Amino acid sequence: MTLTINGETREFSGISHLAALVEALGLDPRKVAIERNLEIVPRSAYHATPVADGDRIEIVHFIGGG
Amino acid sequence: MDGAQTTATAQDTWTVAGRTFSSRLIVGTGKYKDYAENAAAAEAAGAEIVTVALRRVNLSDPSQPMLVDYVKPDRFTFLPNTAGCFTGEEAVRTLRLAREAGGWDLVKLEVLSNTKHLLPDMEETLRAMKMLIAEGFQVMVYCSDDPVYAKKLEDAGAAAIMPAAAPIGSGRGIQNALNLALIIEQSSVPVLVDAGVGTASDAAIAMELGCDAVLMNTAIAGAQDPIRMARAMKHAVIAGREAFLAGRMPKRMYAEASSPLSGLI
Repeated sequence: MTLTINGETREFSGISHLAALVEALGLDPRKVAIERNLEIVPRSAYHATPVADGDRIEIVHFIGGG
Repeated sequence: MDGAQTTATAQDTWTVAGRTFSSRLIVGTGKYKDYAENAAAAEAAGAEIVTVALRRVNLSDPSQPMLVDYVKPDRFTFLPNTAGCFTGEEAVRTLRLAREAGGWDLVKLEVLSNTKHLLPDMEETLRAMKMLIAEGFQVMVYCSDDPVYAKKLEDAGAAAIMPAAAPIGSGRGIQNALNLALIIEQSSVPVLVDAGVGTASDAAIAMELGCDAVLMNTAIAGAQDPIRMARAMKHAVIAGREAFLAGRMPKRMYAEASSPLSGLI
């Protein structure tokens, strides 16, 4: 399965939902926000949100800014 | 200062979008050496609100330090910004994600025009602000020091008006005190000087004009000793506010002796 995450193309296998993807990427789900195909996914819905071949995923977090 | 006056100072609060704060210094979290210095500066500034930006996570190194581990959301009110956005659509997308990341609806809108001077594109700022308000955001809006556009923003529902004193990161201080005074006089929502402050006296002047608060980043982060400058800014904002409340003496053309001229030997 090919996903585009933050503009980077990556291959995954055995990932069925967003929660599994976040875990596979080594991220803390409490500290990020996610868009799947331009739709924001609420944190409570990561387990219920499937990921499919060709999905475009954006994963963001807060950084320093003025 | 006696006890009664200390109490009066402590009660000098300001309120934006239903939230009340006693610190009138909002600090940015960019350009610091690291997040630890950043957190120490925010503490030294006595800030209750910090601005933050939203960016892609670094997938190649998910273990790198994260802002929220140092500048903690339970200690500071996070004010997510739209820095780097040039259209209303980009700003709305960014702040929707920020709301999901932290649950905040109080946001700082900035829609910039070009990367050389970073001055706001006011037509697009007004359009973006209307889009955000329609989505339930409380918008503190970075703007030019034009009183006419400031009024349009207020009439369209801005939670706070935040005119630039000078271009972002320029440290040039207040370039148009008259325009800022006009904005302060006409506004019924809080007015914050946002951007352009270079040193403590600039912050004091902003507060002496009657601003509700001052927002700055580079003036602290770009100082040789950021923690010390954060402390200086804290005092400057308090000093300027107190001077504004005290009411300055009139300016005169000629001297007026402080020591009585009668009874001279």
